Formats: sequence, C-alpha cells, structure tokens
Amino acid sequence: MLEIFPLVVFFPLVGFLFNALLKGRIPHRMAGAIGTLAVFIPFLITLGAFNEFRPMERTAPHLVPVFDWIVIGNFKSSFGFQIDQLSLYMTLIITGIGSLIHLYSMGYMKSNLSYNRFFAYLNLFIFCMLNLVLSDNLILTFLGWEGVGLSSYLLIGFDYDKNSAAEAGMKAFVLNRIGDVGFILGTGFLFWFGGSLQYLELQSNLSGLTQFAPYANIVALFFFIAAMGKSAQIPLYVWLPDAMAGPTPVSALIHAATMVTAGIFLIARLNFVFLLAPETSFFIACIGATTALFAATIGTLQNDIKKILAYSTVSQLGFMFLAMGSMSYVAGLFHLMTHAFFKALLFLGAGSVIHALHHEQNIKHMGGLFGKIKITSFTFLLGTFAIAGFFPFSGFFSKDLILEKTYTFGAYGSILWTMGIVAAFFTSFYMFRLVFVVFFGKNNTDPHHKIHESPWTMTFPLVVLAFGAVVVGFLQTPHFFLHIDTLERYFAPIFSKGYELASQHGSLAEHKSLVHDVELSLAAFSVAIGTVGLILAYFLYQRRQNPVLEEHTGFRKILFHKYYVDEIYDAVLVRPFLFVSKGIAFFFDTKILDRFFLNIGLSFGIIANGLRRLQSGFIGDYALYVVIGTFCILVYLLTRGV
Amino acid sequence: MNPIINEIPVSYILGLAGILFSIGVLGVLIRRNIVIIFMSVELILNSVNLVFVTFSKALSHISGETVVFFVMAIAAAEAAVGLALVIAIFRHKKSTNVDELQSMRW
Repeated sequence: MLEIFPLVVFFPLVGFLFNALLKGRIPHRMAGAIGTLAVFIPFLITLGAFNEFRPMERTAPHLVPVFDWIVIGNFKSSFGFQIDQLSLYMTLIITGIGSLIHLYSMGYMKSNLSYNRFFAYLNLFIFCMLNLVLSDNLILTFLGWEGVGLSSYLLIGFDYDKNSAAEAGMKAFVLNRIGDVGFILGTGFLFWFGGSLQYLELQSNLSGLTQFAPYANIVALFFFIAAMGKSAQIPLYVWLPDAMAGPTPVSALIHAATMVTAGIFLIARLNFVFLLAPETSFFIACIGATTALFAATIGTLQNDIKKILAYSTVSQLGFMFLAMGSMSYVAGLFHLMTHAFFKALLFLGAGSVIHALHHEQNIKHMGGLFGKIKITSFTFLLGTFAIAGFFPFSGFFSKDLILEKTYTFGAYGSILWTMGIVAAFFTSFYMFRLVFVVFFGKNNTDPHHKIHESPWTMTFPLVVLAFGAVVVGFLQTPHFFLHIDTLERYFAPIFSKGYELASQHGSLAEHKSLVHDVELSLAAFSVAIGTVGLILAYFLYQRRQNPVLEEHTGFRKILFHKYYVDEIYDAVLVRPFLFVSKGIAFFFDTKILDRFFLNIGLSFGIIANGLRRLQSGFIGDYALYVVIGTFCILVYLLTRGV
Repeated sequence: MNPIINEIPVSYILGLAGILFSIGVLGVLIRRNIVIIFMSVELILNSVNLVFVTFSKALSHISGETVVFFVMAIAAAEAAVGLALVIAIFRHKKSTNVDELQSMRW
C-alpha cells in the first residue's frame, strides 16, 4: 500500500474534477456517491499503509517523491510526500471523519440545488488538506494551506446569493491572509538558515547549526502567527463564528475537525523549531489559555446552536495550543483527534436537529426534542459528555492530559492551569445549557412542523462518531487508570530528535514530575468542575426554566455581544483602513495615475487630429509633399556626402 | 552623328535638363488641368532621359541609352492608362480641374 500511497491524494482530486466538470450533467445521487468514494477509498488505502508502515516499530519516515516541482539554483522544491506517524495520524482523521461527513452530506444536502457543486468543493478541500499534512516540504504544505483556505472560503460563501454568507467568506479569507504572511516569512527564514525546505533536511541541517537557536523564537513566532489565523486564536479568531454561514457538514468537517487544526499540525511538524523557542512556546501557551477561556465565556450566552459550537471550537483549539505551548505535543495531538470526533459529532447532531426543525437554528425555538429524534439526541448527549470531560469519555482523557501537562509546565503553569480549568467549567456549562434547552426543556418548536428523524445517511455517521467519541480516549490514559501510553510511544520517533536538540541547547521545557496522588486529584477536580457546570445548567435551564433571552443587561450584555470584539475591530481597524484606502483611491488614483495615463491617450488623439489636415484630397498638395520629401532626402544625402 | 553636338559641353546639356525638370515639377504643382499635369510629367521623364543619354555618350557606355528605352516604354504605357482614366473622369465629372477631384480624402 505504501507504493500506491500517492493515490490517496489523487482520488479526491479526480472526484473534484469529475464533479466540477460534469456539474450539471450527472444526477445528484451519483455526484454524492463519487464524492464520498473519493474520500473513502483513500481511507482504506491509508489503513493498509498504516499497517504496512508498522508505526510502532519504525523510526524513519517513508519518503515518496512524486516529481520535481520548482528548481531554481540551489532552491529545490519537489512534489513529494512524507509518510510518518504524524502524517498517517492526520490522514486517518481527515479521510475517516471526512468520509463520514461526506456520507452525512448526501442526506443533509439532498434538497439543495447546488448539490454537485458542494461535493466538488468538499473533494477539493480534502485534496488540499491531504497535501498539507502529507507534504515533505514547506512549499507543498503552503500550497495545501492556501488550498484549504480557498475551499473554506468557497464553502462558507456556498449560498452566495445570501449577503451574510458571502461576507463571512470574505472575512475568513482576509483574516487568514494576515496569518499567511507569517507562514511566508517563517518559510523564508527557515530557508535562509537551513538551506532547504524539506522537513528532514531542515531538521538535520538545523541541528548542526549553533547560531540558529537565538533566532528560533522569531521563526517560531512567524509560524505561530500563521497558526493563529488558520486555527482561530486570539486575535484572529473572529472569522470562525461567522463561518457558520456555510452548510452544517462544512462546519463539522472544515471548521471543527480538520482545517482549523492545521495550526496544531504545523507546530507538531516543525517541533524542532518550536522546541528551541521557549519564549515563543510560553507565548503560545498564554494565547491558547486566553483563547480557551475567552471563547468559552462567550459561548455561555449565545442563542444560535451553531454559534455556540463555533465558540466551543475556538475554545477547544485554545486548549490544544495550550498543550503545544507547554511543549507537550502528544497531548495537543491527542486532543486534536478526540476533538475531531466529538466536535464533528456535535456539529452533525446540530445539523440533524436543524434538519428536523426545518432550518431553525435559534435554540429559543427548540426544546423537548429528546425522544422525538432518538438517535440524534442520544448521540448528541454522548458528544456533550465527551466535550465536557466526563469520565470515561474521550474528552476526559485528552483534556486532562493537557491540564496535567500545563500544571507541571514551568513557573507559571499553575496560572495557566487555572485558566484552563475555568474554561473547562464554562465548556461544561454552555454545552449542558444547550442540551437542556434543546432536548429537555419546554417545547418551543413550531407546532406546524412535523418533527422527523433524519435518514440513515445522516444517522449512521452520528452513531460511528459517537462510538469514536466514547472510546478513542483509551489510547492514552493516566497512571491511576489502566496506564496506557500508546500515543506517546506512537509519536516518540517524531519528537525524539527535537527533544534531543532542545536538551542540548537547554531550551527544553521543564515539566515537574507529578506524584500519582496529585495527578488523581487533578483529574478528580476537573471532573468535579464539569459536574458543577452540569448542575448549574440543570438548575438554571431545567428546574427554573430560565428563558433563552434575546437581550441581556449588565455584564451579561457584554458577553452576549461577544465582548464587542467585532465592533472594536470594525472601529479600530476596518473603518480607518477603508478611510485611508478611499483617500488613496481618490487622490492618488484619479488625480495622479488616471490623469497621467488618460493624458497619454489624449495626446495621441491631438497629434492625429493635426496630421489629419495633411490629407486634403488635392493632388497638388500630395505632389508638393513628394517634392518636399525628395528635396529633404537630397539635402540629407548631399550634406552627409553620399 | 552631327559633330556640333560633340562640341556642346556636358554641363550645358545637364543645365537644360535641370531647367526642363524644374518646369515639369512646377507644372505638376501649380497647374490645375489634369491634361497639362500629364504633359508636365512627360517633361520630367524626358529631362531624365536627356541626362541618361548625355552621360551615356560622355562615358561611352551603352547602359544609359538602354534605360532610356525602358523609360520611354513606361511613359507610353502610363500615358495610355492615364489618358484613359482622364477620359473616364471627364465623362463622370464634366471637368478636368484636379481641385474638383477631392472626394476621396478622409
């Protein structure tokens, strides 16, 4: 399977081209089936390759060069794939969850007129995402990085006749471009220092380079800026909640499970840079903790079911960056996977609710759905328990690993840990608020609509994802419970070189060792916090039947309006920028540039008008011109002296 | 060959040719009657012929006289075509004044 591995990338491309070129000429069913197969077959190939690669034994990556792409002087960029533990892990998540979401989309988008276009975009996205994670060099990763940004833009603005969707797409695109500047700068710096863009060569070149270490912080910071944009961290997170304007499967696939985790992947891939950059890592941890807390508080008072989940995604990504920043990369990648399962499940569940209620997204108009749509409600509940970190669901293990690693990280670990645990409390609260209001509380649904469970294409992925959300946590468990460390051993070959290098330079993060009792009490505390969140939500929204308000007072008003961040950005950045742009457009463009070029055109007109008078129509005039011309030639020849 | 011609200096004949040429050019430029213009063109051609012949004789070389025959042939052809056109234009416009023939300008 390793020989035919490039097919993994090839199939989604074919699926995209097929659906895009034959958009109007093939029936919906066929487009959907081809789109889904184009992701499912790569999943099978990846599974085969996974077995063949034997990731628990091999330490060196398997390189698959496809062809040379750009060769200029000593700069060389090839189109090649690097198959190792990290890329296989990501590929399994992308194709596995991706094919489930494709299957789900076949049911969810059934009545949509642009069905085929949707599947074309989805396959394009999968193609780009696979390039991003499988590439063996930074240039190809950047190609995938931009490609997923493009697909995300296309899919957010999928309903392009709706103004809000088109604007949300644009917002996502522009904010991501800001981050991408960091990627390009970082790539340039790495090429300057390392003399190559291939990860393996970079790793070996940089390890022999003593003068790189002081600059590692800067390079790492550039790449983190890129990750900020793609993974929606403060201050570039504002596009992700707006991205919910896209169809729900897109929110599940791109804006929860895959693309937004590209930042985490990038840090893991470039671990040999980030491990040399302790200051930047600490900064990442701070940003991650702040984002986790900040977005979680906003999530508590939102009314749009998808917006709540979107803020939850921002918050969970903050958790992942908290792990990456405290240099416990395994914890971050572990949470990446568990989050992919339960957040995709929650989004698809929300989509199923929206589908059942005929495109109602406001939780104010929901309620009492439990039992009416059995599979959806039950799987949604499982997902909620997972994200809230209840034992023994997957979210518990991954989030606890992060919190534990944060607690032991450096001098300020306990502060970061406190922020994380408060964020975890809010997570539990807003998720159970959502559950109680939507599934248990008073029935506020429109009585004219008949509530119906979704077709099997939608419920089957829910069941599979729910199963995953419950069990995948057992890949890595703490000391007091089974003590499994599969994931840590699995990822060891990826990070060992980086850790070695970092310990040589003395930049390796200090993780205090933890007594097993403390570990147990930390875990118990976070479960207790989650339970408090559950009870509070139960008390407020189930017992007292607090209504879901459209407007709040006091501090809750600030929360409800998302800390007015969008308004602040608008006033501080967007408006001045537009003002300056319009000034430039008016003064420089019309007054100087336009005038200059228009006048060039005008002057030719004037010259032509003058020359026109020579053409009088009188033969005598023409004869005179001939004579004058001859005379001039003669004079010229005589003065030059033949 | 008449011996008197041999005694005329070459410069005299060239001067005559120049005068004939200038008269021809002036005729083309200032006359309005298309037939007169034609005649002036013939005058130009003949002044050139005269130069050719003169040099041919002075240099004792036959090529100048050969060219003269070509010029004559072309002049005859031009006169034939040109006069035919003149007649056609005259039938159409009832005029031989070139200033009235300016309908083909921009």
